[in-house]
Amino acid sequence: MVEHAAPLTIVPPLPIGDLLETGFEWFKDTFDAFFDVVGDIVTGAIDGIAAVLLAPDPLVLAVIFALLAWLVRDWKLGIGTLVGMVLIIGMGMWDPAMDTLALVVVATLVALVIGVPLGILAARSAVVSRILRPVMDFLQTMPGFVWLVPVVKLFSIGVAGAMVATVIFALAPAVRLTELGIRQVDGEVVEAGQAFGAGPRQILKDIQLPLAMPTVMAGVNQVIMLSLSMAVIGGLVGAGGLGNEVVSGISTLNLALGFDAGISVVILAIFLDRLTASIGSRRPGHGRLRELRERFTRTPATSAA
Amino acid sequence: MPAIEAHHLYKVFGRKGREGVKRLQAGADTTELKKAGLTPAVIDASFTVEEGEIFVVMGLSGSGKSTLIRMINGLHPPTAGHVKLHGENITAATGKDLRRLRRERISMVFQHFALFPHRSVIDNAAYGLETQGVAKEERRRRAHEALELCGLTGWDEHLPSELSGGMQQRVGLARALAADTDILLMDEAFSALDPLIRRDMQDQLIELQQKLGKTILFITHDLNEAMRIGDRIAMMRNGRIVQIGTAEEILTDPANDYVAQFVADVDRTRVLTAASVMEPPVAVLGAEQGPRTAHKLMREHQISALFVTGRDRSLKGYVTEDEVGKHLEQKDITSLLKPVPDVARVTPDTSLADLFGPAAETPAIAVVDDAGRLSGVIPRITLLSALAAYAEADSEIETAAAAEPLTDQTKEAVRG
Repeated sequence: MVEHAAPLTIVPPLPIGDLLETGFEWFKDTFDAFFDVVGDIVTGAIDGIAAVLLAPDPLVLAVIFALLAWLVRDWKLGIGTLVGMVLIIGMGMWDPAMDTLALVVVATLVALVIGVPLGILAARSAVVSRILRPVMDFLQTMPGFVWLVPVVKLFSIGVAGAMVATVIFALAPAVRLTELGIRQVDGEVVEAGQAFGAGPRQILKDIQLPLAMPTVMAGVNQVIMLSLSMAVIGGLVGAGGLGNEVVSGISTLNLALGFDAGISVVILAIFLDRLTASIGSRRPGHGRLRELRERFTRTPATSAA
Repeated sequence: MPAIEAHHLYKVFGRKGREGVKRLQAGADTTELKKAGLTPAVIDASFTVEEGEIFVVMGLSGSGKSTLIRMINGLHPPTAGHVKLHGENITAATGKDLRRLRRERISMVFQHFALFPHRSVIDNAAYGLETQGVAKEERRRRAHEALELCGLTGWDEHLPSELSGGMQQRVGLARALAADTDILLMDEAFSALDPLIRRDMQDQLIELQQKLGKTILFITHDLNEAMRIGDRIAMMRNGRIVQIGTAEEILTDPANDYVAQFVADVDRTRVLTAASVMEPPVAVLGAEQGPRTAHKLMREHQISALFVTGRDRSLKGYVTEDEVGKHLEQKDITSLLKPVPDVARVTPDTSLADLFGPAAETPAIAVVDDAGRLSGVIPRITLLSALAAYAEADSEIETAAAAEPLTDQTKEAVRG
């Protein structure tokens, strides 16, 4: 048997976790009312979207999703989507899947609303970039489960806490890839904007953001993927949706339920991934949406030329 | 008022740039500053560009020319010195004023085109007008005109990536022209194009400049390009302007060994003009003089023909020794005059290369200015010895003052 050596007492005990907790308690007590309001808004938004998603017959929505996939990418993704959605319906997982989708949509939007402007700031200022980098490292590498503790304390059990944890967990790629995308824009092209007298805001809107778009969209794609995985983990704190099914599958050792929910997550993930990936990688001048738009906006003069 | 005035511009990269400028002004050299962690890119550059002039800044990469051009429109603020555009100080301008100056006064063409890849060709060309706040219809119309001017018709709705390099740079040029500023900055605008297209674009630029009268500041590392398009050329080395002058001045009178080395492999016959090799028209007959005077002049100068000019020095024709000899008793020379054939009449700025053809057909070429006045004569022998002298100068760079022995030689040649 291995005898564990008694630790030398040179290193004093460092109650970092305790310190954080004390700080957090103060934070919670001070802003309790605020977080109540935030929680209500978040819950309302997610419930609202879920209600919209669940309003039509599942099959109708499945067809709409398939059409969307065809429009953004091609008929193959359209058919794949239809088959996947029908599978979810067949497994009886449609309602929880839509709950999860609503959570992912809201979490993604919030993460983008916070992350993209931060990314823009980081791209413009080396100081902001230097400050944000370790913060993003921290958010990204901290195990997702850890975030569940403080959010439950703030929002108690429920979908609001799960959403906040999801946003924290999924924020980093939005910031990082926005910054990267803007920094990658050819310096000469930005100079061209300046040389013709464009202001910083015009350059951002007309040059930097459009050119950074493929990279930003890759970030959006990652945010969605991370949101989905965290939304399932959120089942532990009452996120509802597929997460709840997975958790009850685990706690009752119900293999069938676990797999049904798990496969539904996989289908949702593939659908969202392909959809957003093809929006991001689409080069200007390609894609069915643009084709359609051009067909209807092309004036006789320009089509003659 | 000059279009561009650059006053003692300095750009020193590094934390204490201003200190670097002071040290340079006190006589420190570049290596000293580099040891202190400073990089002087442009050192004490002063020049003026007149309205409607093509001014070329020529230097190798790292000579500071790109930094220099970016100080003209304020993309790089100078560490010291200032730039005036039509008397307005752009270096002192900030924010809104700076952007207004850029919109109204100065546009730029970039080495790698710097087109907006997500915008159609016409929207690229219209960009300057867009920042000026011109309404959409109007700016598309004007952008379309600019594209046509640059020889790009029918590509309006395409994306830049669908165009070849030469065409993309035409879009870049059209974007600058459409903005309708009177100053055009061109940063190695043709360097990324292959040689044939480059020649083509150079010709087109000169043509456009004559048509539109823009003031052009052109940056290049290609001396032949500089000589071809520049009215005046500034030679840059290690951040300093070492010489400013016309192509000929730089060729015939290089300021130092560096410039001399540089110009050594230029095709001089393309750069040098009739004006630089012609002889003053000494042996010329006035139209009112008679055959006897003509005969005497020809004997004195050992030549077999004479150009005849009127009182206002306008070229009337020429007479030959044979004809004059036969009619010595005649009082008036008019009946003996033969018109000078077109091939034997050239303008002062005809390049040397274009003189060989005429020289094969006639013993002497008349150099006639725009008003029809005889400004000089190039005997065939002069042309040949000019070539020989430059060939020598090419092989021996140190004979920078090639012009001196040339004139002596040619005089001898003409007399002998």
